[in-house]
Amino acid sequence: MIELKRITKSYSGKKAVDDISFTVERGEILGFLGPNAAGKTTTMRMITCYMPPTSGTILVDGMDTGEDSLEIRKRIGYLPEMAPIYPDMNVMDYLDYVSELRRLEGDTKKSRIREMIAVCGLDDVLGQDIGQLSKGYRQRVGLAQAMIHDPDILLLDEPTAGLDPNQIVEIRELIKRLGQEKTVILSTHILTEVQATCSRIAIINRGKIVADGKPEELSAGFHGRAVLLAHLKAPREALLEKVRAMDGAEEVREMPTDDGTVGIRLESPFGKDMRESLWKLAVEENWPIFEMRREALSLEDVFRSLTQESDASLS
Amino acid sequence: MRNIFTIFKKEVRSYFNSPAAYIVVTFFLLFTGYFFGTNLFLMNQANLRTAFGIIPLVFIFFMPAITMRLIAEEKKTGTIELLVTYPIKDSEIIVGKFLSALMLLAVALVFTWFYVITVSLLGNLDGGQVIGGYFGLLLMGAAYLAIGMFASAITENQIVAFIVALVIIFVFFLMDKILFFIPAPLVSIFQYLSIDYHFENISRGVIDTRDLLYYFSVIFFSLLLASHALGRRKGD
Repeated sequence: MIELKRITKSYSGKKAVDDISFTVERGEILGFLGPNAAGKTTTMRMITCYMPPTSGTILVDGMDTGEDSLEIRKRIGYLPEMAPIYPDMNVMDYLDYVSELRRLEGDTKKSRIREMIAVCGLDDVLGQDIGQLSKGYRQRVGLAQAMIHDPDILLLDEPTAGLDPNQIVEIRELIKRLGQEKTVILSTHILTEVQATCSRIAIINRGKIVADGKPEELSAGFHGRAVLLAHLKAPREALLEKVRAMDGAEEVREMPTDDGTVGIRLESPFGKDMRESLWKLAVEENWPIFEMRREALSLEDVFRSLTQESDASLS
Repeated sequence: MRNIFTIFKKEVRSYFNSPAAYIVVTFFLLFTGYFFGTNLFLMNQANLRTAFGIIPLVFIFFMPAITMRLIAEEKKTGTIELLVTYPIKDSEIIVGKFLSALMLLAVALVFTWFYVITVSLLGNLDGGQVIGGYFGLLLMGAAYLAIGMFASAITENQIVAFIVALVIIFVFFLMDKILFFIPAPLVSIFQYLSIDYHFENISRGVIDTRDLLYYFSVIFFSLLLASHALGRRKGD
């Protein structure tokens, strides 16, 4: 379990992280989402005891990072951004080195190394110098070193950067599986990644947490509106007029189409399903429906509006 | 202890995996070989006085070259972030790395025995002086290396680490060379602080606890400072 209480971190007067608090329970995967330089990496670095916060306390399994740093570091597996690993070591030597620093011994050590090689798919590159590996392989070596001691807490800073699509899926599955019994925080600016892996999302911008919740809560609760998109073959003005007159239609806009139909975008209060009434209207007027789908406000929209709104409010 | 050994092993391996160590040792042997040889060939004397007189000066350049990468490079490449978030103390990192540099120094010194053996075949060497000299070189080299560790810990630029170490060492080296300009009450302090002064004592074959204490305190305080510099992460 990780608890951050009113954490602030300033670099020469400028606040990189500004009074944030949150808790991550065991069994949770927290996706830390934010634009570049939002404070994600700084927050992770404070949890891993790499740097102390300017003010506030961080508790990891109830221990303070300022007091029990050594004990906390034993429990954490950390993959920093860009996976900085010694380029002049080969993969096998490196895993051996890390497992010794992690105090693994004898058979446990051997079996953990073997497991990491299998899980991270490192068989083909064991004898190669890390400096010569592709970015994807280096990232996988980084993951291997983070998980080698089977830590309770995993902090992964952009874990899938540089991986190919198949590996991304594998690594996400792995993180999901690990997340069931561990505490995981992963930072990313890839939105699909948090949707695919995380049980909770914290959006951070300019050092402040601007949203925190389950992915579906965030996308639904944000605007409080449901969106329906439809293409109909109908006279434009008549269609827009009738649709606007429908009960529950809050905002109707015309959307461009490429097949001679008229596209509409219909926003209604959250929870109100407009599909049936739109179908009835179409039947009454004898307007064929070519396409109709609901659209949840995507996380991307939430993210963009949250991070840009606070940009605008500052300027 | 085990962590120190793990770090030590890794660093020794990376010294000998890269050409840097071989280049440093080779140049060291070339330089010292010249000074071991001059007495023999130019002055027809089979002794090591010139060599032991010059090596401390050669050390001023070679020790910072050995230590400059140890921490600065990790800071530059970012690997330090992983290293210090493993459950190891900063002091263990510093000591492990320091010992690996000491190992390289020891290897370089072992190779100079070829010169010593050659000289001893041609004349009678004072055994006590040779042993004292080598012991002194090792201690003095260790003190230089410790200062070099500190210089490497305060920057991420290896060149800066090299120059800072060189300047600090040079100041310590010069202290007993400028006694002439020092007010009388301070002379003994300056003399005691001089690295070379203590070496001269030991290389005469006289091993005095005051000299040992001096070297061990230089090593201890330099490593302590290095450890503090490492613990001071950016942004504090």
